[in-house]
Amino acid sequence: MDLRVSVQKRFGTFTIDTNFNVEGERIGLFGPSGSGKSTLVGLIAGLYHPDSGAVFLDDAEIFNSEKRVNVPVEHRRIGMVFQRPHLFPHLSVRGNLLYGYRRCEHKDRKIKLDSLVEVLQIGHLLHRGVRNLSGGEKQRVAIGRAVLSNPRLLVMDEPLSALDDSLKFQIIPFLKGACETFNIPYLFISHSLTEMRIMTDKVLRVVEGRVASQMSLEQLARAYMGESKAGYINLLKLRSLDRLGNLYVYDWGGQRLFISGGSDLPEAFFELPSTDIILFKRHPEAISARNLLQCRVTDIFETGHRLGVELECSGQRLVAEVVRQAVEELGITKENEVYAAIKATAFRRLG
Amino acid sequence: MFGFTHTDYLAMLLSVRVAVVATLLSLPFGFAVAYLMTYRKFRGKVILDVIVNLPLTLPPVVIGYLLLLLLGQQGFIGKMVLQPLGIKLIFTWKAAVVATAVVGFPLMVRSIRTGMETIDVRLIQASRTLGAGWFDTIATVIAPLAMRGIIAGSVLMFARGLGEFGATIIVAGNIPGVTQTIPLAIYDYVNTPRGDAMALSLCVVSISISVAMLIFHEWLGRRMARSD
Repeated sequence: MDLRVSVQKRFGTFTIDTNFNVEGERIGLFGPSGSGKSTLVGLIAGLYHPDSGAVFLDDAEIFNSEKRVNVPVEHRRIGMVFQRPHLFPHLSVRGNLLYGYRRCEHKDRKIKLDSLVEVLQIGHLLHRGVRNLSGGEKQRVAIGRAVLSNPRLLVMDEPLSALDDSLKFQIIPFLKGACETFNIPYLFISHSLTEMRIMTDKVLRVVEGRVASQMSLEQLARAYMGESKAGYINLLKLRSLDRLGNLYVYDWGGQRLFISGGSDLPEAFFELPSTDIILFKRHPEAISARNLLQCRVTDIFETGHRLGVELECSGQRLVAEVVRQAVEELGITKENEVYAAIKATAFRRLG
Repeated sequence: MFGFTHTDYLAMLLSVRVAVVATLLSLPFGFAVAYLMTYRKFRGKVILDVIVNLPLTLPPVVIGYLLLLLLGQQGFIGKMVLQPLGIKLIFTWKAAVVATAVVGFPLMVRSIRTGMETIDVRLIQASRTLGAGWFDTIATVIAPLAMRGIIAGSVLMFARGLGEFGATIIVAGNIPGVTQTIPLAIYDYVNTPRGDAMALSLCVVSISISVAMLIFHEWLGRRMARSD
């Protein structure tokens, strides 16, 4: 997907005035509430009209104030998933799912109901009304409805923020799965760093009505680590191996991690704050922390008050954070060998 | 009580007919105006709002007189539109329909508008992004979701139409068997010596129709609530 946007729009005292080009399949729009993320995508999708400017999606000019081009919303083929499901209450689940599909031209109908229902696992809901579905089911149907309209771009406007944490991480695989299975590029809006890092490859940072910069996920995570008490959040996708009493054993690139808050699911996402990792110059003989990893330092960088230490442990990446004095006393430099100690309780399971 | 004459039966029939025709005739216009007022921004919106709601506050007699001036042989519409088409409106039952429609119109628009205002704007946006054009969205999202308002507005207008008196008597007159509706017949009986019993009988008929209408409305509302 190639999106080129240069638009101006005034809403009372708030102004959207931005100019950016972005290429990619999984793009994030990151910024605080009120920064204009939703309004910006509304202008791209055609829900609002810019006062001036132009919008190109791939090779198609969908808006140009000078040439008086303004492709109507219904012809832009930009699907939307909102914060809340907004299902049509007078239609069944099936009626909701097929609403966009029926209005899509025959030549564009590449995604079919059957395959979508399989990916989202909503076959048993098809003939039900939408009022009695659970929150997670509703959002799955809303995702399905947008995907089935066979859009060339899917805009997801904080689709997870109304869901509680456990539900959120149940929905994410469906959201990613549907977009990846059917090759739909998407714009994903959120103010959650974690969601951004799971859902996207590249991030547009929105500040006061404009795209201030484009960042890689790593740049974004590093940029925000100084602001957060937890520092840099390491995201680990782990495969469950075993259970030893209260501890769960997970595989992480060939290494075993002992985690107390695990689950019996075969795979799970975990957060590990950089501030919860303790570094040792030499192997500590006796230590209460359950995980001791031998690592190589690949980078040391400033985070504001402290220093970030990027580690490589048997092919995996981890970022630890220590105060400057510690780095100096231990003599940690690039390419050093160090030991990282992590308590079994430091991992937080997502979902 | 009840020994209705032939013209009394005609008055009852005419009352229902006028109210039904006026309601059905107003429905598309009421929907269109409610739609404009709810979803569109345009110049003169306030003026349209005032004009639509004016019959609610004006004495019906004033409306009737204005209609007479407008639709009569010397009136603007009467002379420019109706006469060339060979339509005679004044002092026919059709004039009663026009009077009833004008008087009841604001009630209908208000109800439909209330129905439309409860529709989440995101549903409309969702429908548009899913490929539905404006008319499609109106037909498949707005109208079904505003159905309660549409029904409430229709019932209200029908009920108001049954009671229409002031405007009707001026534009349609009070011709027994031709333009005389229940309220006009009651008025006649009240002014006739020993007409009280007949006036009362017609009142009972009037009340019965109204009660039936309200029960029907209630039943429909409950049925819709159940199907939600």
